[in-house]
Amino acid sequence: MKFTLKVWRQKNAKSKGRFETYKIDNISPDTSFLEMLDILNNNLVHEGKEPVAFDHDCREGICGMCSLYINGRAHGPDDEITTCQLHMRKFKDGDTITIEPWRSAAFPVVKDLVVNRRAFDQILQAGGFISISGIVPDANAIPIRKEDADESMDASACIGCGACVATCKNGSAMLFVAARVSALERLPQGKIEAAKRAKSMVQKMDELGFGACSNTQACEAECPKGISIAHIARLNRLFIQAKLQD
Amino acid sequence: MILSSLTKKIIISLSGLFLLVFLALHLVLNLTAICSREWYEAVCEFMDTNIAIKLMVPVLVLGFVIHLAFATAFEFKNWAARPRELKYAVATHTKGVSWSAKNMFVLGIVVILGIVLHLFNFWSKMQLQGFLGNEEENAYDLVVNLFSCKCFVLIYAIWIIAIFFHVQHGFWSAFQSIGLNNSKWLPRLQFLSKVYAWIILIGYLSIPICFTLGLQCS
Repeated sequence: MKFTLKVWRQKNAKSKGRFETYKIDNISPDTSFLEMLDILNNNLVHEGKEPVAFDHDCREGICGMCSLYINGRAHGPDDEITTCQLHMRKFKDGDTITIEPWRSAAFPVVKDLVVNRRAFDQILQAGGFISISGIVPDANAIPIRKEDADESMDASACIGCGACVATCKNGSAMLFVAARVSALERLPQGKIEAAKRAKSMVQKMDELGFGACSNTQACEAECPKGISIAHIARLNRLFIQAKLQD
Repeated sequence: MILSSLTKKIIISLSGLFLLVFLALHLVLNLTAICSREWYEAVCEFMDTNIAIKLMVPVLVLGFVIHLAFATAFEFKNWAARPRELKYAVATHTKGVSWSAKNMFVLGIVVILGIVLHLFNFWSKMQLQGFLGNEEENAYDLVVNLFSCKCFVLIYAIWIIAIFFHVQHGFWSAFQSIGLNNSKWLPRLQFLSKVYAWIILIGYLSIPICFTLGLQCS
């Protein structure tokens, strides 16, 4: 297969970026998208040019590092997968593929397709943990309703890739925050601080320049783990609860 | 005091729900114009003189002002989070995202402009004249005169269609924002949202249609 790639190139956070066009051929349909970029980078190195910087790590869809906006969709033209799980057979031979970094004021571009997602870590530091003291019984010794455990597990599937922020027209991180809040709130150990956690994480999200949620459901549609916006409703409930306790 | 984005959203939702109740009540009262001239005039007389209604007027104005002010602040914050220079070069339609959800603010502006025109056409010639001690115009005659102009009927229809799209998203979105939603209720609320929006659209549009085609019982 052969493709024309329009890739966002940006030297550093301060410089102005632009699209560069590259031709690539002899690509197997079974090549993953990231492997295709590896081949492109090999070609660029052989030509004495700067390779394209892009984030990647596990290449198994679980680390949340890969973060490309491909042909107008976060993680490309397939549902509930990360970029690393995308294969070139999803494209037509001869296609032009436009590759952009996540775009949000809270995720500044570091270089080319790499964005700084440290803001997610800062949100987690604001409350995405359990800090109750005292002797806590072993987790396996606490009875938990199956429905609650399932909901917590579903929310825990969030890999923090930032596709929700990248897709949201407001650059909102509500789905990410809601998933983390929900995952902990559904479990007995996390329930105790649930309201306080919701308030402090939302506050941090605002401080870091993320937008607000307008319930378009775009985040849910593009989330590689299919996290539901029902978790956002739970976050909203807990936030109101926290405000009433103030 | 700086309010968080979620607090603003909750205030927008609560004021929105209040306005949805008003919109439904207003429709019921307006529909009397199709049924009978006497009924409509009696309703207008009741609205004009009832003390509870008079007390509700400033609350209603406050509801609109709060909804508009917080929605504007909310929108400005969102523009800052995704400024023009951070728009994608290629944008595709995201599956499951409604047009109204993406355009709530623009739709809201159209709705507000329609309300200003509506106040000019009715309130300024009726209640305002009463406050000023002047003679109020007859409500039914005002309706007949306005809907005899095809241009006004078109503007009115555009306004009602904007309200239709705005409430189609706003109804379920308000419940979601105040936390009264879950995965079971999400499709139910979205269905109710559509039902409510269609009732508003058909109900409000039926009035100019009846008057234009002469189908009203006068």
